[in-house]
This record gives sequence, C-alpha cells and structure tokens, in this order.
Amino acid sequence: MLDKKKGLVVVAIENGTVIDQIPPDKLFKVVSILNLDTLDCQITVGNNLKSNKIGTKGIIKITGKYFEPSVINKIALIAPNAKLNIIKDYQVIEKRNIDIPDEINNIIRCANPKCITNNEPVETLFHVIDKENVKVKCHYCERSISQESIIMK
Amino acid sequence: MNKRSFVSITDYSKEKMLKILDYAAEFEANPNRDTLANKVVATLFFEPSTRTKLSFETAINRLGGKVIGFSDASTTSSSKGESLKDTIVMVSNYADLIVIRHPLDGAARYASEVADIPVINAGDGSNQHPTQTMLDLYSIKKTQGTLENLNIVMVGDLKYGRTVHSLLMAMSHFNPSFTFIAPDELKMPDEYKQFCYEKGIKYHEESELKDISNADILYMTRVQKERFQDIIEYEKVKNIYTLRNKMLDNTKPTMRVLHPLPRVNEIDTDVDANEKAYYFKQAKNGVFARQAIICDALGLI
Repeated sequence: MLDKKKGLVVVAIENGTVIDQIPPDKLFKVVSILNLDTLDCQITVGNNLKSNKIGTKGIIKITGKYFEPSVINKIALIAPNAKLNIIKDYQVIEKRNIDIPDEINNIIRCANPKCITNNEPVETLFHVIDKENVKVKCHYCERSISQESIIMK
Repeated sequence: MNKRSFVSITDYSKEKMLKILDYAAEFEANPNRDTLANKVVATLFFEPSTRTKLSFETAINRLGGKVIGFSDASTTSSSKGESLKDTIVMVSNYADLIVIRHPLDGAARYASEVADIPVINAGDGSNQHPTQTMLDLYSIKKTQGTLENLNIVMVGDLKYGRTVHSLLMAMSHFNPSFTFIAPDELKMPDEYKQFCYEKGIKYHEESELKDISNADILYMTRVQKERFQDIIEYEKVKNIYTLRNKMLDNTKPTMRVLHPLPRVNEIDTDVDANEKAYYFKQAKNGVFARQAIICDALGLI
C-alpha cells in the first residue's frame, strides 16, 4: 500500500509487524531487546526518517512475524510511544499501543552497583510503580529507578 | 520461596506487626522457653555485626534452639568464590531457619527465593533491617502505651539511614506526625516525603535540633563523616546534631530517646543517666522482638 502523501521510504510488507514511531536513539536497542538479530525472516530497519509527530523516527518492518504482547511490551521502557501495526495482505489490520507491563523480567540492569543482581548471576526483576512516568523498583534492593536512569542488560 | 520469610518491613501487614508485638510482650514476660527445642537456626553473617548476631543468638538460645553459622565471610567458601545461592542451598539442607546478614542490597530477598526454609533478614547492605524496625516499634509501643497518633522526631542521617526509612514505612499504619531534622546533605529523600504525602501523613523538615517539646519519640541516628563530600560541611554540622542532657529539659515527661546504636557522639554521655534515655533498653527489647519473629517464621506461634 503506497501512501502518496508521506512518500514511502521503506518498502511495504505483505504480512508481518511494523514497529513505528521509535525514537532514533532507541532503534537499535529495540532491535536487540526483541532479539531481531536472531530471526531469519526478512527485516527492514530504517532510522532518522522524517516524522510529523516526533521529528525523526526509526521504523522496523518484520515480514511474516507476529509478536505476543508480552514480548512486544518489553520495549515499553525505552520506546513507550512506539506504535505497532499488524499487517495482513498489505493492510493494517490492527494498530496497537505499547503497554508497560507490571513487571519487567531480566531486561534491565539495576542501577545500584551494590545490588545483589549486579554481583551474583541473578535474573533481574523490576516492579513498575509508575506507568505514566516509567518508574520501576528493583525487586531485590528495592531501589526506585526513573526512566532516564534505566540501563538495558 | 518460603512464605514465612521476613525480608522487608513491607512483608508484614499492620495486623501482623501488632500480632508480633503482642508475642514479643509475652516473650519479655517469660523469655526462657523450649519452643525451639530440636530446631537448628543458621546465622549467616557475611559481614560482621556483633550486636545483631548476639541479639539473634540470645533469642534462639533462650528458646532452647541450636545455632550454627559464621560471623565473617572470610572464613567461609564465599572467600573461595562460592556463590551466595550455593551457600544458601547447602545450609538449607542443615537448618530449619536462616538468619542472614549480607553487605549487598537485596541479598536477603534472593536468599529467601533460593532457600526452601524461611529466611530472616538481619540487614542487607543499605536496604533493609526489618527486625530492627520491629524492635523500634516494640520500644515505642512499650514506652508510649500505643503506636497511634504519635509525634516522631527523626534526627541525623535521614538520607542513607535505612532504620529511619523502615520505621517511617512501619509507622505509616498508625497516623503519626513526623519531624525530619537533618543537614542539607542528609535530608529525607523525596520518595519518602512523597510516600507521606500520599498517605496523608503530616511531616515537616528542620535543619537544626532545637524545638523538640512536642516529641513523643526522639529517634537519633549517627551522622557519618564518610557521607559528606565536603569535610568542612561535616565539621559545621557534627555538633548541631549532638543531643545533650539540658536539651531534654522542656520535653514531655513521657518522651523517650531512641537510637539504633552504635552511638558515637550524636548523644552526649550526659544523657545516659536521664530516664528519657531509652537506647540501651531498646537494644534489650530486640531479643524479645526477635524471639517473636523467629517463632512466627517457623510457624510455631
């Protein structure tokens, strides 16, 4: 489907998932969190594209692949305003926002160097205590971490 | 994970706290029992803390239990690189209950998840020390007759002091009013003030220890030199936060001075003889509070 007004920079896909409106500096983090480098399907990645909404944006198109909400929500911490489009037969059949989950399992690292998770091979776990401002609390050391201090594993 | 573990003060509901305090009073009335006969408790102190270890071991011994453990990680396999998980799993095979003290934040929560026996946190880094909070509550209830509607004045290092943070959380169930007295560098963190605000708890902040006439509890903490980036700032404040006997003149007759100990120079020794000085009795109360906490963790009360 060609959208003449915007001009198509990245080629449309027949079936699959499009993750749009990703902040450019977060694009490759999203690639890594979703483990896209391990998939063997066709993936198109575009970055620093013009966006009417956020200035410049990144976009990822993954052919023939659909994600469970629990998987896609992993990117909520770094790109909470990204948009998810489910494509079938070149049509957007569903648009989804990213929902921040209640718990974040083993995706981010605790910012506290004295936390047990930074000193023993422990899977990290964070409870989301403020979804609006993206604030999380370490299940182990109980330290609160705000969005700007979040470090990906 | 064992559900009877006590890792963080928020693991206890208000009802549970009150129940533990009632049992602590019973243990104070009759501390020597055989409730823990045939029980083995492991006290795993990965960093030294003589006071806390003696308090726990007194509690266990007075209940007829046996103690295994260590008081310094350098004598254990962790110095050979053994993981905390392996140590905990191994000890779980031997003991009925683990009491753990560890220099890393969150170590006790992690231990409680890998152990199949209950775990009591005796201090994990700068995070939590919930049995201290329970003995603080017990001391407050015992001296004031109630936990409700009290004026609690917290003094000293309110930024890093885990005991004041846990006490604040615990007291939030009982409609307190707080006064936070601290130097600029060591003020109560915003997240705890926000917590008070959300719970509708009155608090105000001061930078000098002067008007304490309304206080029911004066909770003193140590202002540590190493917390200051600028040593001149420390020299400026260190004496402002020293409590002296004459400062207690115009305080309520029922007011009591608490301190988690060890005390250095934030309470002058001339306060010790004042009947309002309660910090040594407070430490004694720790044995009874811990007796109640241990028996609860083992499902014996």
